[in-house]
Amino acid sequence: MALLKYESQVRPPIVEGNKDYHQVTEDICRPVEAKPSKLWWIGFIISVALLMFGVLSVYVEVVYGTGQWNLNKTIGWGWDITNFVWWVGIGHAGTLISAILLLFRQGWRTGVNRAAEAMTIFAVMCAGQFPIFHMGRVWNAFFVLPYPNTRGPLWVNFDSPLLWDVFAISTYFTVSLLFWYAGLLPDMATLRDRAKEKWRKRFYGAAAFGWTGSTKHWQRHEALSLVLAGLSTPLVLSVHTIVSFDFATSVIPGWHTTIFPPYFVAGAVFSGFAMVQTLLLITRRVLGLQEYITTEHIEVMNKVIVLTGSIVGIAYLTELFMAWYSHVGYEWFAFKENRVNLFSPYGWSYWLMMGCNVISPQIFWFKKMRRNLTVTFFMSILVNVGMWFERFVIIVTSLYRDYLPSSWSTYYTPTIWEIGFYLGTFGLFFTCYFLFSKFFPVIAIAEIKHILKKNGDNYKQKMDVVEEEKVEEFAHAHAH
Amino acid sequence: MAIKKFVVGSFYDEQVLFPAVKAVRKSGYKIHDVYTPFPIHGLDTAMGLRDTSLHTAGFIYGITGTSVAFSFITWAFTTDWPLNVGGKPFFSLPAWIPIMFELTVLFAAVGMVLTFCYLCQLAPFVKKDHFNLRATDDTFVMAIEVTDRTNVAEAQSFLTSLGAQDVVLTEKETGWWIGRYDKRQQLLSTDPQTAL
Repeated sequence: MALLKYESQVRPPIVEGNKDYHQVTEDICRPVEAKPSKLWWIGFIISVALLMFGVLSVYVEVVYGTGQWNLNKTIGWGWDITNFVWWVGIGHAGTLISAILLLFRQGWRTGVNRAAEAMTIFAVMCAGQFPIFHMGRVWNAFFVLPYPNTRGPLWVNFDSPLLWDVFAISTYFTVSLLFWYAGLLPDMATLRDRAKEKWRKRFYGAAAFGWTGSTKHWQRHEALSLVLAGLSTPLVLSVHTIVSFDFATSVIPGWHTTIFPPYFVAGAVFSGFAMVQTLLLITRRVLGLQEYITTEHIEVMNKVIVLTGSIVGIAYLTELFMAWYSHVGYEWFAFKENRVNLFSPYGWSYWLMMGCNVISPQIFWFKKMRRNLTVTFFMSILVNVGMWFERFVIIVTSLYRDYLPSSWSTYYTPTIWEIGFYLGTFGLFFTCYFLFSKFFPVIAIAEIKHILKKNGDNYKQKMDVVEEEKVEEFAHAHAH
Repeated sequence: MAIKKFVVGSFYDEQVLFPAVKAVRKSGYKIHDVYTPFPIHGLDTAMGLRDTSLHTAGFIYGITGTSVAFSFITWAFTTDWPLNVGGKPFFSLPAWIPIMFELTVLFAAVGMVLTFCYLCQLAPFVKKDHFNLRATDDTFVMAIEVTDRTNVAEAQSFLTSLGAQDVVLTEKETGWWIGRYDKRQQLLSTDPQTAL
């Protein structure tokens, strides 16, 4: 029996519970200031163990060469580039939440943007490892930079998508890091000013850069955030576009298509949101932040998942149709025989991808499913499995049967060191995330306070009633 | 910088703060600054601050990035070491667009953040004097600078009448220095003669 208020009841509160400014500070700083829980330690130790296994795997690969991986003459890219594209894709959701939703003035982003941006940074760090170690002679990795050298100077090939990737990924990492840290400064100052222990005062004192909260500084901070959001928006689209160029500019059947850039960007956002769900469902539970990361947030992100999942589905069908319609024999063979045919060596991976990415997310058309946390968690894992297989399908099923049947390779399975490298990046990712959730405020404190009086449950209930007419009656009378 | 005297008042509601800022400005007091836990839109206008030019700086950094990428690649690929890749033209502009774009974004973002830090005197290990530690929590802190024409008692009662709480007269360092937050430090030592 809601009454019409200044703001429509259609928009539910973003911050639940009886919160004022001080309570927001208390709630979000509590996990940072408390001793880490047992669960945190268990998670952290497992992550570090995985990271160590990754370090061992990389050590073996560096010492004995890329022969330690099962890559061969036809399958030159295998798990490594699959993992690279997968991790970069995951990063995209963070930028979408922090930048694009800022430009669209979406208030709900404030609850999730800090953690999502952190996820972006860690995911890009993981992604970068794969092309670097795939170089083999990793000690020469700096050859990709255009620096004056004694070989001529011989410049890098600026016409090559692989070099564009170097610029795109490194720019993406730098800009995301700056954007994230600029947003963190005021919250670091909050932690600094609340600190009791000596080391905390010193650590957060250094990390807050001497932030005071001066009005002039806030004015510049707002301008900076807006422009960085405006820069990050085309940047994030360019990054996965350029990653897709790595494939699309080649003449391999299944890769040489113009649909790749939008298809890759949609897929990236799709998998990224799934990873945000996985992380936030755990984070809100472990840190007790359910009033800030509400079911509402989860539902909105599930809507993005069903949207982008459907875009990806249409892209799969379009490329399948174009392969048939184009009458290019090689293209059609790659799709019909290497992918769609369930009984071909890798047919199972194509259908696994279809099931996880296109069919299963459709349950999010139902509101009940979107708001069900167990279903959401299960789906978020499924989507990321599916998106990993999407990259695997694109790379391996296009490569394993090339133009020359005599060089068609046998079945490609990764070695323990390839798998170890992948597990190692999980270790890196989660080690960073655990440290982040312990030492940094996982929710943007200042931004939550900024929207609190408009979107907080506490303040919404106190809003003046402007009309006595019931919302339901009004809606019914004016429905048509 | 210098150590100055300030009349400091704390507000707990931005709806009280706004009229107070206007009233204080109207009556001719010199507002040193207002410290808030989050950005309050319109407060800069109410305080009479001019709009920031950070956007313009960002634009200039951006086009610098574009020109650096364009001119460097052009020089490297047409003059310094023209490389014949499958008979394609040396000056192949469309293929350079991705890198030109990335450098535009990189220069604009890095330049703007550095400019922002420079203008606001923000850097690791920078230390400043703070008026009220709860200004980063839930308190809006207004500092009025005490000049030789200011009647301190009058300013204090005026602030209180506008809704400010805990109105105090303090002495603060206005500059910044490299220091640690776990120690009591000031750039200039307070002269006991002029102390409160």
